[in-house]
Amino acid sequence: MSAEADLAGAGQIGTGTRGRSAKPGAKRVKGATLWFWVFVGPFTAGLLIFAVVPIIWGLILSFFESQNTVSPQHFVGFQNYVDMLKDSAFVDSLKVFTIFAIFIIPLTFALALFLAVLVNQITFMRTFFRSVFFLPTAVSYVVASLIWKQGIFNNDGLANHVTSGLGGSDQSWLSSQHPPLYWIPLVTVRLWLQLGFYMIIFLAGLQRISPDLYEAAYVDGATPGWTTFRFITFPQLRATSIAVVILNLIAAYQAFDEFYNLLGGANYGRPPLVYLYSTALGTSQQYGLGSAGAFILAIIIIIFTLIQGRIFGFGRTDD
Amino acid sequence: MTSVDAVDQVIEAGAAPRSRRPRKDRPAGTPKMVGARGGAMRAGGSVFRWIALVIATVLFLVPFWLLIRNALGTDNDIGSTSFFPRHPQWHNFTDLFSANSDLGFGRAMMNSAIIAVVQTTGSLLIAAMAGYGLARIPYRHAKLVFYPIVLTLMIPGAVTFVPSFVLMSAFNWLDTLKALIVPGLFSGFATFLFRQFFLNFPKELEEAARVDGVSYWGAFWRIVAPNSLAFTSALAVIGFIGSWNAFLWPLVVAGNSPSSYTVQVAMSTFLTAQVQHYPQLFMAALVSILPLVLVFAFLQRYLVRGVAETGIKG
Repeated sequence: MSAEADLAGAGQIGTGTRGRSAKPGAKRVKGATLWFWVFVGPFTAGLLIFAVVPIIWGLILSFFESQNTVSPQHFVGFQNYVDMLKDSAFVDSLKVFTIFAIFIIPLTFALALFLAVLVNQITFMRTFFRSVFFLPTAVSYVVASLIWKQGIFNNDGLANHVTSGLGGSDQSWLSSQHPPLYWIPLVTVRLWLQLGFYMIIFLAGLQRISPDLYEAAYVDGATPGWTTFRFITFPQLRATSIAVVILNLIAAYQAFDEFYNLLGGANYGRPPLVYLYSTALGTSQQYGLGSAGAFILAIIIIIFTLIQGRIFGFGRTDD
Repeated sequence: MTSVDAVDQVIEAGAAPRSRRPRKDRPAGTPKMVGARGGAMRAGGSVFRWIALVIATVLFLVPFWLLIRNALGTDNDIGSTSFFPRHPQWHNFTDLFSANSDLGFGRAMMNSAIIAVVQTTGSLLIAAMAGYGLARIPYRHAKLVFYPIVLTLMIPGAVTFVPSFVLMSAFNWLDTLKALIVPGLFSGFATFLFRQFFLNFPKELEEAARVDGVSYWGAFWRIVAPNSLAFTSALAVIGFIGSWNAFLWPLVVAGNSPSSYTVQVAMSTFLTAQVQHYPQLFMAALVSILPLVLVFAFLQRYLVRGVAETGIKG
């Protein structure tokens, strides 16, 4: 979330307006305090009850053993955290996420940028193509998983019709672990669902690039094509590119829907949230352990975001 | 359309230094760079471009084709290579809502509709008011309130489902619509975006009204809100899609009781349980995306704008 917040914040107007409203002169507005709470109170109260309280409660629970009950039972100190980090299934889930990220992030980046550049270059039927690529954004992961599981990657589905048409043999895509073919459905379903979304973000970035830059390059003898893309378009998309990578990474880290629906209860291909779901809410109902796991995952993603922010200089005020 | 444009222009004209994306002259740069050069290279590039576009379009539409074909087919059609069922099974649609169907689809659609509508309107109302208060009302400790809100944005929503589940359990809200709706009413991110938006909103309009003795309440409802419809619509479309398609939270808090299933949970239950009657499940999926396709068809403009400006999707 923080990346999203930074994104929106990056373009905000300077501190001028905010500073002005905080000037002493403006402070003495009659009833400002009352009106402030009339407007902000409902939200603040809701956030306290439904975001802050659970976080504190979960933090307390994570130091207790509490199975089948949401009230703390026996204090165990950091034992839940130790157990979680020692659990090979938990460590495996982090590996699953890593593999998933290695596939999905570069592919999404390259293909979304490619689509954006294509759509940006045409003038005829541009809205049509943009809509086609964007349409899957409205489809849920459950519906897409149904199509992938029972329409494309089932035994007599489209994928096997294609492979046998090409002279190959039928595969059981979702259950084959050697080689791990299940990554193909998992990666393609997310690509289908999210490429249009990132394409729109890239399109917005492309349209912010000043035409003057291209004009200047042409005057200097550049030809449209790879050179201008490499030396003008891509560098100008720097902020957009960083945003796409971070949003994509955070989304991949929270992947749940397609893994749950495509692989069901399989003991392979379980990313962190699927693992957490089965530990905390599956048959075992280990709420203390599950809370500890949730905090470990939250800490990891916050560290990710902060490191990325540092590396890319993201969120600098001079953006 | 035109009234929306007018509002955009008013807001952009007044919105000070932030360089908003120029909407009107958007295509200006592109035709030039394509059109300025002639010759074989451009023609070659153009052919490649159109081939790529057509291939991509076909790939993107294949899943929709399978969805429609399988929804109207029989069990045998699902594994076939035919383009369309020879005898479309239109009764798959009515079967969905018949008493014999164990999918509980009508109920699930109703639940999803209630949740999505209440959550979208409620969360936008709460967030718009909070955003306005934070941006405009000179309360001495406004920043003390605002910074913790930003802090909560740092924590990814999905990771907190265990603690939130614990709270719902303590409230005895599990398997009720309350658990599905209420926690989603308080969106820190929407509040943050509204605050940014209102900071950019021309102050003069409100100040004139305030001088005339209009309260903050009146200024918000009579001046600010009516002029924020385009922005609000963008967030509403994104919020509605996100709410309708939500899966993890509804599964966590309502996955044990069919009467509180949402559409997504109902379909998932049958998908992961290996039902045998797939055409009906495909029909359910097709019907479940219809509200979104309608939203998409009529409000795509807002959706595109919302995504481009905020970088969020449901």
